[in-house]
Amino acid sequence: MTTTTTGTGTGTGSHLGTARLLPTDATPDLAAHLDRHGHQRPVPADRLLDGVQESGLTGRGGARFPVHRKLRAVAAGRKPVVVGNGAEGEPASRKDRTLLMRAPHLVLDGLQVAAQATGARRALLYVHEGPAVAAVQRAIDERSGADRLPVELVAARATFVSGQESAVVRAISGGAALPRSTPPPVYEKGVGGRPTLVQNVETLAHLALVARYGPEWFRAAGTPTEPGTMLCTVSGAAGRLVVVEVALGTPIRDVLAAGGQHGPRRAVLVGGYHGSWLTGAEAGTLSLSAADLAPTGASPGAGVLIALGPDQCPLEVSARIVRYLADSSARQCGPCLNGLPALADTLASLAGRSPSPEAYARAQQLTRLVEGRGACAHPDGTVRLVRSVLSTFPDELDAHAHGGCLAVPSPGGLR
Amino acid sequence: MTERVAVDWAGCQGRGVCSELLPERIELDEWGYPVLDPTPVTPDLQGFARNAVDACPTRALRLQRVMPGQHAARPQVPTRSTPSTAPHRPHHRGDRP
Repeated sequence: MTTTTTGTGTGTGSHLGTARLLPTDATPDLAAHLDRHGHQRPVPADRLLDGVQESGLTGRGGARFPVHRKLRAVAAGRKPVVVGNGAEGEPASRKDRTLLMRAPHLVLDGLQVAAQATGARRALLYVHEGPAVAAVQRAIDERSGADRLPVELVAARATFVSGQESAVVRAISGGAALPRSTPPPVYEKGVGGRPTLVQNVETLAHLALVARYGPEWFRAAGTPTEPGTMLCTVSGAAGRLVVVEVALGTPIRDVLAAGGQHGPRRAVLVGGYHGSWLTGAEAGTLSLSAADLAPTGASPGAGVLIALGPDQCPLEVSARIVRYLADSSARQCGPCLNGLPALADTLASLAGRSPSPEAYARAQQLTRLVEGRGACAHPDGTVRLVRSVLSTFPDELDAHAHGGCLAVPSPGGLR
Repeated sequence: MTERVAVDWAGCQGRGVCSELLPERIELDEWGYPVLDPTPVTPDLQGFARNAVDACPTRALRLQRVMPGQHAARPQVPTRSTPSTAPHRPHHRGDRP
């Protein structure tokens, strides 16, 4: 694919460096967007699909599924629908809302590209309720009439499961923002019974840039097997969330530093509430790539990194997370509805100072009871987190079993 | 056609009728929800399997076609008949759930 931009930049994308999605010095309006990237010229669907395949772009919503495969599956259907997913139900993530407020036109361009690639007749954007909705509406109004497909904006409820693929379809169709039992998958039958593409908004932004600057440009950052950049949300004890854009393969300690987390960490949760823990040592040596993280059971996911200081207890933090996950159950399926609160109780026991002797075995038993036995992956993600706690912190578990804790109180006693 | 039992988890209400009618493939967990054996339904069980599908009060049980080479290992899901360290209400065959 050759470049199609007529922007005032060099036209090859090199002017962006690794600050591809989030401009450091530009405003979110249409004029600034066109100045930075130029106009998006239409590209024939088959060239788009081949280019996306060549680029190696994978989804940035957590699952990292190859985008070209998803596009091709939907393109094979009749009168498909494309949906940009900006629900961002993960509490420790802010990247999608930040992107929508700082570069909404990149996402809107990407939605048009996805529509072109799939032959879609309808385009929607599903956005976490709040200021991002107004920002997107302003951007849509700026483009009025210029797009091939008008974009329908739908506000998403701020719940954990509202961004799950079938929950998105259900909510857009006027129902509850809760997962739907499979089958059939949404790429066969989704909104209005049509084949539906549900793509994270960050993925759409990358897609817009691949359409402009080409697959070689996209692959100029990242690693050969995991090309491109990704947005990460970094947080720590203070509760502040910082969004940064980094190349795949960047050392985790550098990602954390860019997000304001400096110095040695007690532990880092990678992938958000359905993710996996790294010890401080692992976080200090590993890079943000699936290849580097695979041996620990972690993956980059949607770029959520929660860093704990030496004064925080990973068992206590995990117990609170599992309680949140239990409260977030859609309550549609028995094993999840019953099993997740039981898991939360068990984690609370393990994180206390006098855990019951059966708590560890009970936690393991409960993970087997809920895994794979539900309409969606919510129980599976919870199981992943719990198993990660049990395997990553044996010393911490042992300390609590003897009435202690390895967290070191910070000067001033603040946790 | 090779089939195995499958359940619509959002529809299942844990009434347990399926396990009574097809214990060879369906046991119940501690909360009364079905634990499915993915082993295909053999010819001698097909009648019982269809009975179970028809008898499900919420129509949550179904028979799913198994593609060649798709046989899954039996998951290690604790059921009421396996020893467990968890306190749970004891279940006897013939009890109403």
